[in-house]
Amino acid sequence: MSIITLIIKREYLTRVQKKSFIIMTLLGPILMASIFIIPVLMAKYDENEVSKIQVIDESGMFKNKLTDSQSMAFELDTFSLPVAKTIFDPEKHTAILYIPENVMTNSSSVMLFSAKQPNINLVTTIERTIQKEIENVKLKNQGINQETLDQIKTKVKINTRTLTDKGEEETNAGLTTAVGLIGGLLIYMFIFLYGAQVMRGVIEEKTNRIVEVIISSVRPFQLMMGKIIGIALVGLTQFLLWIILTMTISTVVTSLFVDKKQMQEQMMSRQSPLGTPLPESVEDGSKAAEDNVTASIFGSLESLNFPLLIGAFIFYFLGGYLLYGALFAAIGAAVDGESDTQQFMLPITIPLILSFIVAQSILQNPESKIGFWFSMIPFTSPVVMMVRIPFGVAPWEIILSMALLVLGFIGTTWIAGRIYRTGILMYGKKVNWRELGKWLFYKE
Amino acid sequence: MILNIKNVTKQYATHKALDRVSMEVPKGSVFGLLGPNGAGKTSLIRIINQITAPDEGEVWFNGEKLTQKHIGSIGYLPEERGLYKKMEVGEQALYLAQLKGISRQDAVTKLRYWFDKFELNGWWRKKVEELSKGMQQKVQFIITVLHEPKLLILDEPFTGFDPINANLIKDELLTLKEKGTTIILSTHRMESVEELCSHIALINRSNKILDGAVTDIRKQFKSDKYEIDYKGNGIAFANALWAGFELLSHEPHGDLMRAVIKMGNGAKTNDLLAALIPNVEIHSFREIVPGMSDIFISIVKENNLMEPVANDL
Repeated sequence: MSIITLIIKREYLTRVQKKSFIIMTLLGPILMASIFIIPVLMAKYDENEVSKIQVIDESGMFKNKLTDSQSMAFELDTFSLPVAKTIFDPEKHTAILYIPENVMTNSSSVMLFSAKQPNINLVTTIERTIQKEIENVKLKNQGINQETLDQIKTKVKINTRTLTDKGEEETNAGLTTAVGLIGGLLIYMFIFLYGAQVMRGVIEEKTNRIVEVIISSVRPFQLMMGKIIGIALVGLTQFLLWIILTMTISTVVTSLFVDKKQMQEQMMSRQSPLGTPLPESVEDGSKAAEDNVTASIFGSLESLNFPLLIGAFIFYFLGGYLLYGALFAAIGAAVDGESDTQQFMLPITIPLILSFIVAQSILQNPESKIGFWFSMIPFTSPVVMMVRIPFGVAPWEIILSMALLVLGFIGTTWIAGRIYRTGILMYGKKVNWRELGKWLFYKE
Repeated sequence: MILNIKNVTKQYATHKALDRVSMEVPKGSVFGLLGPNGAGKTSLIRIINQITAPDEGEVWFNGEKLTQKHIGSIGYLPEERGLYKKMEVGEQALYLAQLKGISRQDAVTKLRYWFDKFELNGWWRKKVEELSKGMQQKVQFIITVLHEPKLLILDEPFTGFDPINANLIKDELLTLKEKGTTIILSTHRMESVEELCSHIALINRSNKILDGAVTDIRKQFKSDKYEIDYKGNGIAFANALWAGFELLSHEPHGDLMRAVIKMGNGAKTNDLLAALIPNVEIHSFREIVPGMSDIFISIVKENNLMEPVANDL
């Protein structure tokens, strides 16, 4: 076995056998799966809890207008408000809704009394119902009848298609955004998490003073690369296990507790915060529209170029990690302990954080100049390009960006190697940037 | 010669660590590499281990120019040493042995032998951090010699050992020497130098200022002084000396008298004794041989006086 494989093997095995690795590997998917599962479960158990609302309607306008829903039941009573308040029983009713006589003229006079702070959904639903009813009455007063009203109401849903060589493809802006963002976020996390591990590993060897024993047998560069590659494999292993476990857990749990229909509903409602304006009709319970959205998501899932996405993900995942991993190794070698790393960490983390900030602006406009340049610069391209790729990027841009990334990590590795071989043998010396610069030009 | 260092110069940014240093290490010798702190010993050792390369000069190993392939023939115990704290003892030793180029199976067999010898059986699967400091040092020593190097370089090997373990290591070193291993010993402990070394080199301020076989160096620094303990009249003793003998000190020592005498040119010890015996009763008579420690101190002092600002650019 060659020297470098020996080093990679040690770096890999010692980390994979660690308790913290096993715990993180098990905990990660549970956390991730819970993001999928908890909303589904919540939706399921929410149904059982119905808010009963006692309605005191002095205006007399809302008889049979307040319709019960899955989570709300209305009960019209004829008590006066003071009586209702005194006999209010939190066990029986969640709240008292008081609609005064002058509600038409003073729409802010509606009141809701409850024992506990009512939840925001309840309040907005009631608000909307009353608002709509008042609007309807006012419209009728203007001489517009229900039929005309129904005709005026319009729903617009834009179906997006991209024109590609293969013809039209159905797309879903929300989904593309989500895929890009998740890819970029994972790369960002991976670089930080495992880059820091490289740094800690180097510091450990240096403070342990084992490094001089080792480099009497291997070249410092071999030791450094062995560590970086070994930890990269740990990261890939963990990532792979996470995907497998997450998929297993969410499949098992959801198939145990939830039927498919609900799952699809959940998928949609998760889409909405990410930027897809859901048609209003969902709340009206228009099943047709719902099915439309679901179909569109599945349709555009198929339209995503998965081989490209996965290939690019792995490439930028590794490329970005190698680039930053080398720099983290250099920092580890330059300092005497973890507490000294701050001054060197900042310049490295800034481009990484910047790339994440830029990534968010790119979601608005994937073709922007900023997006282009940041997806070329090797320090930011792993995150930024990953966010752009789901929107479709010209092949030459991807190839150029990848080539630059390769050059980038060869460059940082070369620099890091020089700092590393000097740094690991330097003890008890506070190092600054100028000093590091000098190390670059030391002869061996 | 197993090691031939020719005109080696090593320059760091603001400091010349070695200035045209040459020395030869004979095969099978125990070679003491001596010098004050910061003299350049560690720099030289790192060059021999190919951790750094010299700016000028060459190192020859066993008649060949030193290259990467010789790594497996050298064992190195650095002064600043340590192990992976969280790694198991056995696994760690195997790993480091494999880095030196021996196969895993080979390493297992050899490791078993050493663990037996150093009474470390039962610690194989323990983590290094669970071991006492002395045990860690033993493990470290085993790792250094496990691949049976032809040349063993030990930088302050006895620090951290209690006297019993230090003796254990000393005995092992002598056994290795018997088997033909050459040992370079860098240390400040002059008593271990006296005890073990057959050759030494002294480095001061980046320059080699003295080297050779210990017996030759002793001869070179012989002072021709003798110490005599006797019973009898001090005046009679002093009167018995003639011009060839210089009385350096003369004082009571317990119920005896002790005198230190420097011999003049051509004077013989038998003549001295012949002159003294009729006058006093001699209890002991011995030559004052300079210790390595005395030689070390006097020559470094002298050297520093000669070149007051040697190397600090």
